[in-house]
Amino acid sequence: MLFLMAAGLTLVFGIMNLVNLAHGSFYMVGAYLATTFFSWTGSFVAAVVLSLLTTLAVGVLVELIALRTLYERDHLDQVLATFGLILFFNELVAILWGRAAIYTATPAAFAGYIELAPRLRYPTYRAAVILVGLAVAALGVNIRLLYTVVFGFGAALAGLAGLMAGPIYAVQPGMGEQILIQVFVVIVIGGIGSIRGALVGAILVGMVDTLGRAFLRPLLSTMVSPNAADAAGPALASILIYVLMAAVLFFRPQGLFPARG
Amino acid sequence: MAVGVLALALVPPAAAALNQPFYVDLFRRMMIFALAALSLDLVLGYGGMVSFGHAAYLGIGAYAVGILAFYGVDNGFLQWSAAIAASAVAALVIGAISIRTSGVSFIMITLAFAQMLYYLGISLETYGGDNGMPLRTRSQFAGLIDLRNPYAFYYLVLALLVLFLVLGHRLVNARFGMVIRAAKSNEPRARAIGFSPFRYKLVAFVLAGGACGLAGALLANQTEYLTPEFMHWTRSGEIMFMVILGGMGTLFGPVVGAIVLLGLEDVLSALTEHWQIILGPFLVLVVLFAKRGLFGLLPGEVLRDG
Repeated sequence: MLFLMAAGLTLVFGIMNLVNLAHGSFYMVGAYLATTFFSWTGSFVAAVVLSLLTTLAVGVLVELIALRTLYERDHLDQVLATFGLILFFNELVAILWGRAAIYTATPAAFAGYIELAPRLRYPTYRAAVILVGLAVAALGVNIRLLYTVVFGFGAALAGLAGLMAGPIYAVQPGMGEQILIQVFVVIVIGGIGSIRGALVGAILVGMVDTLGRAFLRPLLSTMVSPNAADAAGPALASILIYVLMAAVLFFRPQGLFPARG
Repeated sequence: MAVGVLALALVPPAAAALNQPFYVDLFRRMMIFALAALSLDLVLGYGGMVSFGHAAYLGIGAYAVGILAFYGVDNGFLQWSAAIAASAVAALVIGAISIRTSGVSFIMITLAFAQMLYYLGISLETYGGDNGMPLRTRSQFAGLIDLRNPYAFYYLVLALLVLFLVLGHRLVNARFGMVIRAAKSNEPRARAIGFSPFRYKLVAFVLAGGACGLAGALLANQTEYLTPEFMHWTRSGEIMFMVILGGMGTLFGPVVGAIVLLGLEDVLSALTEHWQIILGPFLVLVVLFAKRGLFGLLPGEVLRDG
């Protein structure tokens, strides 16, 4: 899930040079839509297809309306504009579905669609677009259209992650930001713009986070008093991935797998 | 500047005349955030470092006051110095690691550090954890000034804000300010003429952290309650938006931005519970069409750079 999010975000960043904080919002939208469609249709497959298509549409819409003009701007503008989008989406969801968390039933057939996403010809396009972007435009490929499609696809990836999260976590406004920050950590560790980095980063962060939460307290209680361990364990576990990120950046400011080009 | 300060100084009498003491509270809050935004502007507007974790220092300052008060240390001089020192040290550590990176990595790493402190705040069960804790009493200044008096507190905040505006003005126009601005516009060139931008940037980062820590100490006294929410990343975003709204790279911009944003929030939240649905697109519009902030919309360059 972290990987799906990270792949979508790093894709958008790598190809379009856009920092998209609203990525978490697509995750949230995907989760809500999937939950809603699931309760309407009763079929999980239908819910998946419908919510993916809708999230894609939402992504395309957002790109067309708000983000098109931002590619030329610096990252600060992008961060702020997408921050505004987050506020908007969180409230929109709160209006439509209410503030309370909703829950999805776990579908019977759960596995099977996890590994589809990253198999697109990403490196090829990346090279084509970034290195000879202007030339490609001159050759007649519609770069704006491609950007819109890439952005929509990134949004759909986030929506996919969101709909898988539905049965596991509570679906609520603001759920996007919780994961977004972790995804940032993943991307920074892996190297911005690199899909391979995103995969390694996601596995690393997921492992460290889970193992930290599970084992840090028992581990500490073997060394210091149980009371101190009770107090320090959860605190340490929750900051562990950030420490990991700081360490990685300290030694390799580019991340583990810097993107080429 | 004199006009603005005068206007702010007239708020309490006006509020008293209108019998709306609430406005003293609101404007005090605005000025506290103006101070925080001002400190961010030093890093962001002048130093060109997009720090997305500035609320962390706000939180550290507030927690320094709160934790000392928790152990019965009510002396304001001590509390506030501790707040400034703690945030400055945090800024030193965070800055030393993150200034090695730049661009998006810098944004993300400062954000991650702030979140790290946020989760740390949540896990501090002794100090209220998730729910936060009330401040036992406002800081005591040995009878010199009584913060329980809303007017005294108001004018103290105003005085501090003016003080930091003056200091900021001197700082950015001194050699130091010139160097960080040079490093912003062209780092290799700044290096080529013999400066070490890293050190200057780090110092700016630490100064900003310390100043924001003071704002945090004020905020803790303002709300008399502290929660990890002070450090939440949306708070960082808000402070950053204040800077942009007012106009970054100016001294009064952040002050104007803080007043306008908090004022807007106040008006909108009175209108509808879902005020963020208006604020969000407003933010997008400002970024898209008023890049230089409200100050940039004013004619002429007279007011720029204070």
